[in-house]
Amino acid sequence: MMGAWIMAGVTFREAGRKKILWTAVLAGSAFLALFGTGMHFQLKDITRHSLPPFIRYQLEAAMLQVGFYAVDLLAVVMTILTSVDTLSGEMASGTIQAIATKPISRWQILLGKWMGFAGMVAAYVAAMFGGVTAVGYFIGGVLPQHTISGALLVFLECLLVLTVTFVCGTRFSTLTNGVIVLGFHGLAFIGGWIEQIGAMTDSPRLVTVGVVSSLIMPTESIWRRASFEMQSSFTRSLQFSPFSNASAPSVAMLGYAVVYLLVALIVAIYLFQQRDL
Amino acid sequence: MFGTKVAVSNLSLTVRRGEVFGFLGPNGAGKSTSIKMLLGLVKPSSGQAFVLGVPSDDIDVRAKIGFLPEDFRFYTWLTASELLKLHGRLCGMPASLLRERVPALLDLVGLSPHREKRLRDFSKGMLQRIGLAQALIHEPQLIFLDEPTSGLDPMGRRLVRDVIRVQRDRGATVFLNSHILSEIEITCDRVVFIKEGEVVASRDLRAYPDAEVGVVARARNLSAQTIAGLSQWSTSARLDGERLTLTTHSASVLPDILRYLTASGSDIFEFTPQRLSLEDLFLKIMGEDGGL
Repeated sequence: MMGAWIMAGVTFREAGRKKILWTAVLAGSAFLALFGTGMHFQLKDITRHSLPPFIRYQLEAAMLQVGFYAVDLLAVVMTILTSVDTLSGEMASGTIQAIATKPISRWQILLGKWMGFAGMVAAYVAAMFGGVTAVGYFIGGVLPQHTISGALLVFLECLLVLTVTFVCGTRFSTLTNGVIVLGFHGLAFIGGWIEQIGAMTDSPRLVTVGVVSSLIMPTESIWRRASFEMQSSFTRSLQFSPFSNASAPSVAMLGYAVVYLLVALIVAIYLFQQRDL
Repeated sequence: MFGTKVAVSNLSLTVRRGEVFGFLGPNGAGKSTSIKMLLGLVKPSSGQAFVLGVPSDDIDVRAKIGFLPEDFRFYTWLTASELLKLHGRLCGMPASLLRERVPALLDLVGLSPHREKRLRDFSKGMLQRIGLAQALIHEPQLIFLDEPTSGLDPMGRRLVRDVIRVQRDRGATVFLNSHILSEIEITCDRVVFIKEGEVVASRDLRAYPDAEVGVVARARNLSAQTIAGLSQWSTSARLDGERLTLTTHSASVLPDILRYLTASGSDIFEFTPQRLSLEDLFLKIMGEDGGL
């Protein structure tokens, strides 16, 4: 297992040297600044209209959900872009050969890389969630419900994306891998909306389509559960918006996502062990 | 096999411990694939390979193996020192030992002044040198070098030769794959020629071949009678000014010829057997088209 930890360490450092990570950090910082500015002016307008404190609080809380939605999107995209070439790129360039001929198993190489990226994603999600929560508290005076649960669920979503990226990275080129994983995530996104529309219009067939898409790629379901956990009662009462839910994914779906992640990780290890380098 | 293409078949070879072994063949002969199979990077569809007495897919045996891939590439954000430390740690070396080995190896490959330089600022030759150093970081018993002089200038090539000698002197086995036959000729103890995935010939380069050999001599006072007398050993002898060229059936008669010439009153200034160069041998075995 020592080899896996060494690989995790070098991968974590490698991720930190990539421009794409720092671009994502810059984009995240710019977003937080924009978000804080937006919340500040929203608060000013609300104060000007002399809305009741309860309504004012709920509007600020709804704004907070917008912030978390953006953080979720940034985290998923950053996860894909930083990790998409770690296997395929190193196999294509031959870099992996110098590592794979050392006394370290291939599963340790893959797991180590996975842990390194997981650590980086954890830091990014924690920082961005902390940033949005801080902006919400210090500017809007609101705190989200169950922030830590929400952050952990978004982290789980990123791990899912990371693991699928690893699975595809053992077989496809960097570009193909990126297209496949973004395509899967897009499928889950559209499926999630179809499920929402189905729930709102009481259409079981649409809900089924949405559920099937979630089974193929559960990322959107995880976000919707995270959003459900964090949103206020008022936002929930809106029933349907990009940032709230008409139907929240069940705990069983979360269990499925965890099993999906573990199976995908095992598949990635198996495929990596089988292939010629 | 790569898809439907058979890269290596019926390949059977043994490398002796402590020798510098040359692995020769034209492009596409299956040399790199064979090395990759021996290192566990490629799985053979059938057959067995043993390295240092254990199956080649054994993870632990890799602690005793060093490998310089063809066209070495690594994380460009690492410095030369960091790269060697990383590879040493992957080989299970303690930090205390690495503190001694890393500077010594950087010195060996002539990169001490660049120890803190990042690989992205390295030339191709410098990358090849640091690649050689990572292959040696754990003092392996067996070292695979795949085109080690690729991209190196003459000083770099000399350095690789010296490093190989040092490794042989400390008892390591070196498995060398190179297209530069003159390098192989100078460096290797033994070579095998591989063509279409099969061994087609082998030569011991340290033993003098007891076969037909030509001689070029520079001599004075050679009489026609002396020239005629050479026929007892030589299939052909021709004098052109001071230059005598002759061919014998066997290298073992060369001392007799030299004694005969001296005894006949000739003044010998030069007496040089003309060995078939490795390149000539290569072309003879592979054919002028290299088997393509």
